[in-house]
Parts: sequence; C-alpha cells; structure tokens
Amino acid sequence: MNREDFSMLENNIIYFDNGATTLKPKPVVNAVIDYYTKYTANAHRGDYNISQIVDSKYEEVRDEVKDFIKASRRDEIVFTKGTTESINTVVFGFMNTYLQEKDEVLITKSEHASNILPWLELAKRKGIVVKFIPLNENHEVTIDNIEKVITSKTKVISLAHVTNVVGDIRPIEEIGKLCKDKNILFVVDAAQSIGHLPIDVVKCNISFLGFSAHKMLGPTGIGVLYGKYELLNKLSPIEYGGGMNSYFESSGELEYKDLPERLEAGTQNIAGVLGMGEAIKYLKKIGLDNIHKYEVELKKYAVTRLKEVPNIKIYNANSNSGIIVFNINKIFSQDLAAFLNHFNICVRAGNHCAKIVKEEINVSNTCRASFYFYNTKEEIDALVDALKKQDKIFDIIL
Amino acid sequence: MDEKLKRDIILDNYQNPMNRGLTDSNGYIKVNTRNSSCVDNVDVMAKLKDGVFIDIRFDGEACAISTSATSIMIKTLIGKTIAETEKIIDNYEKMINEEEEYDKDLLGELCVYDTVSKQPSRKKCATLPFESIKKIIALAKDTK
Repeated sequence: MNREDFSMLENNIIYFDNGATTLKPKPVVNAVIDYYTKYTANAHRGDYNISQIVDSKYEEVRDEVKDFIKASRRDEIVFTKGTTESINTVVFGFMNTYLQEKDEVLITKSEHASNILPWLELAKRKGIVVKFIPLNENHEVTIDNIEKVITSKTKVISLAHVTNVVGDIRPIEEIGKLCKDKNILFVVDAAQSIGHLPIDVVKCNISFLGFSAHKMLGPTGIGVLYGKYELLNKLSPIEYGGGMNSYFESSGELEYKDLPERLEAGTQNIAGVLGMGEAIKYLKKIGLDNIHKYEVELKKYAVTRLKEVPNIKIYNANSNSGIIVFNINKIFSQDLAAFLNHFNICVRAGNHCAKIVKEEINVSNTCRASFYFYNTKEEIDALVDALKKQDKIFDIIL
Repeated sequence: MDEKLKRDIILDNYQNPMNRGLTDSNGYIKVNTRNSSCVDNVDVMAKLKDGVFIDIRFDGEACAISTSATSIMIKTLIGKTIAETEKIIDNYEKMINEEEEYDKDLLGELCVYDTVSKQPSRKKCATLPFESIKKIIALAKDTK
C-alpha cells in the first residue's frame, strides 16, 4: 500500500531490509526539506518569527510522540539520536546508581547488541549480574520462563518488544504486569516494533522505552527515550551544556532545567525531530493495526511460497511479524545476499547485530527479509523466483 | 585472464579449499580474523621455519570470495619467506585497491580477484586472509 509516496521505490528495487531501516515517504522528506529551506533556525530561542515556528513545531512533535506511545505526560518524552542512545542513557544515567553489586538484570540471547552490551558493560563496572531468560522451542519469551529465573535480586527486565532476527512479539503487557507485582523495572527496546505495532507504555507498565525514527519512516539520527516521570526525573544527564541549564555562575552555583530539556543538551537534531513528527502522522493515518495485519499476511504468504524453494531452511516460520530469516543449504548467507542483489532484491546477511542469538537458533549467519506495508506479494514472488535459480549463483556472483 | 577461467578457479578453491581444518600440532601461530561487517569469521594458523612458511591452515565460516582467497593464498605462500610474502601482500593490495601497477607474475593465481573492486563490499572478503597473515607475521617478528 501507499507505494506512490516512496520515491525510493521508483528505483527498480525490491526493498526487504526494513528491519535495518525503512524507506521515507514524501511528507517526511518534505518536512526535512522545509526546515532547511523555509524556516532554518534553532529551537528554544523564539526571538524572531521563523525561530518561533521551529520552536512550536519541535514541541508539537513531543506531543505527537506522547500520544503515539500513550504516555501520560509530555515531559516524559526525550529526543535522542536513536534506540542505542536511549538505552545507554538509561543504563549509564540511571541504572548505574539505581543498581547495586549482585543485583540482577534479565535479558535474552536474542536481543540486539544495543540491549546487551550496555548491561554487560555495567556488569563489568559495577558487578551487577546479567542473566538470560531461557527461550522456548520457538525462541520466544514466556511468562513461565521469566518467573523461573526471577529471584529476590532481580531488579530489571530489559527486552525488545519485537526481536530483530527471530521477529517474535513479546507479551509485554503481561511482562509489565509481572514487573509491577514483583517491583521490577521494565525496559523496552521498541526499535523493531514502533512502526509496526501499537504500544501503550502506561498499560504495559514500562519504566523506560527507546526507539529510532529511521525504522518507522523517519530520518536517521533521531529517536526517543520515554521514561516514567518519577524515574526519568532521577536520571542524571550524560551530557551537560547549552539548553539544559537554567543558570550557572563562576562560583559554581548552577541549576539545571526540568524535564525534558535537562536531558537534551546542545542543539538538537531539529530536522530529524520534524521528520519524525511527520512519520508519526503518516503512520497514524494508515493505522498500526492495519500495518501489522498486512505484514503478517505478507509473512504467511512468504513462508508458504518460500517452502517451494529447494534446499531452503526457514528459522522463524512461526513468528508473527514481517521478519523472515532463512538460508539455502551450502550457500553462505553473504553470497546469497550478493546473488539476490543481482535481481535488485535487498536483504540483509549476517548475524544482524544479534551475535549471541546463534546459541538459540544454532546458526550464526542468515539472510533476513523484513517486510513493511509498501512491500507486495508480487515482490515476494520475485524473491521466490530468484531463489529458484540458486544453481546459477556462482555464475552470477563470481 | 578469461572470466570463465577466473570463476572456475575461484569456485574450485571455494568448494575444495586447500588445507581447510586446523591442527593441534606444535609450532604454529594461530590468529582469528573477522570481517568488520560481521559475517566472516576465520581462524588461520601458520608454521614458519627459518623465516619460511612451511604450512598454513585455516578454518571458519566465510563466503565464497573469502574462502577461495584463503585457499589460493595458502597455495601461493607455502614455501615463501616472510619478505617474499610481504611483497606479495603489497602487490595484492595494490591490485584490490586498483591503486597502481602491480606485479602480475608475482601474484599468479591471486590475479583472479583483479576485478573484485567492482563489488566494493567484497573487497574486504578478498583481503581477509591477508589480514590474518599480516597478524601472523607481526607475531612471528615479535617472538624473534
């Protein structure tokens, strides 16, 4: 659907790498261009007309985000450069003082590097313990398995809403309820879910949540950190400088601003924020429920059709999102991606930055096709047709 | 070199690579090298005697270009001194990067990768085995 809005689709490509980044519709591109051609100015200055325009548009996006994730307060929304910065800010601005030695953080082996490495680094620095929740036979998180590993020392559960290799959707509402009952903080990496599934941070009892705009039609280099007000207010800024202070004197007397400005030091990625705002409006118009429904339809179609391909192994046929990971027997994933590139089909090869999921799915390298609402069944047919020509691979890639 | 011949040499070295499989024998220097785009992951081990490579072996997960390049490199370097090897690496890198003239005779079969720069993403694959050998040479010089 809406293919006419995506200039990139006029380039004769089949883009199946939406898990890495999505294409950008014209309204998003135009929002960025408008900022650079019609009202370039810094935000939060307001001394002249265009500066006021920027200021109000910038803050309107905060409201858009607040409604989009159903947060209760606008000052719970902080702009960051993406999911990675959001999670790192939580870990090194809050968890580093909140957690004590031997406190336990639960994650899984199918998390992205950005929801593993900050915790492992904190474990090195502070002696916290990172534990992996065992996954079931479909590599999914279940409430039973979480309950099995919770101890009196468990202080945090940090999970992706949707994982980027297996593509499973975590039952975050139930996990949030469990966290509430057990007085555990719940951190959610929404990078893979934000443009695909509705989320309600209050209903899911989410303590902190991070996402990137570029995986939901928006520009790169911009994202969001959401934090429950009482928690976010205790988060120490990682960066200090302009825009985040109320005043400072040479005596060292100083005061920082309230949320959210306190956590947005320096000139922000204004063009990015405005583009992200437009992306949210665009997604709302289509409706995340419709997007999810369509992606699941594409995934089911792809699984059925790909089964016709000789020597194929699909690793996540059951997961309920638009991500499908596969290999062709005896063909290295990167070679397969290079082969598909010959047909202008863009897929990702490798371990997808989830370097320990191999311990779960027993393979370290795969090809990943990740769909979005502008993909079509015809494009999946083209993928299947290309894969059926697999015996020609070395004539093509060498 | 004819494109079909090049392809056949690459494919043969990919499907039947030289010295795949590591050994527990003594006297080897072993290194691990990974492609920074996080796909290839290869162990290379080499045994030197009086500054000459008398054995080189490898194992790991790698694509067709990287695996075949490792195989051809092993065939080329066994019997060569460190100084000869360094000269080969230098010429190979010049070829891969299309920088300047290089010595085709010195490279021999390694010339099958002379057009790999047309696929920039594969340049790293073609140079990966030489990264391992450079590390091994550095370690060999260190222990001298």
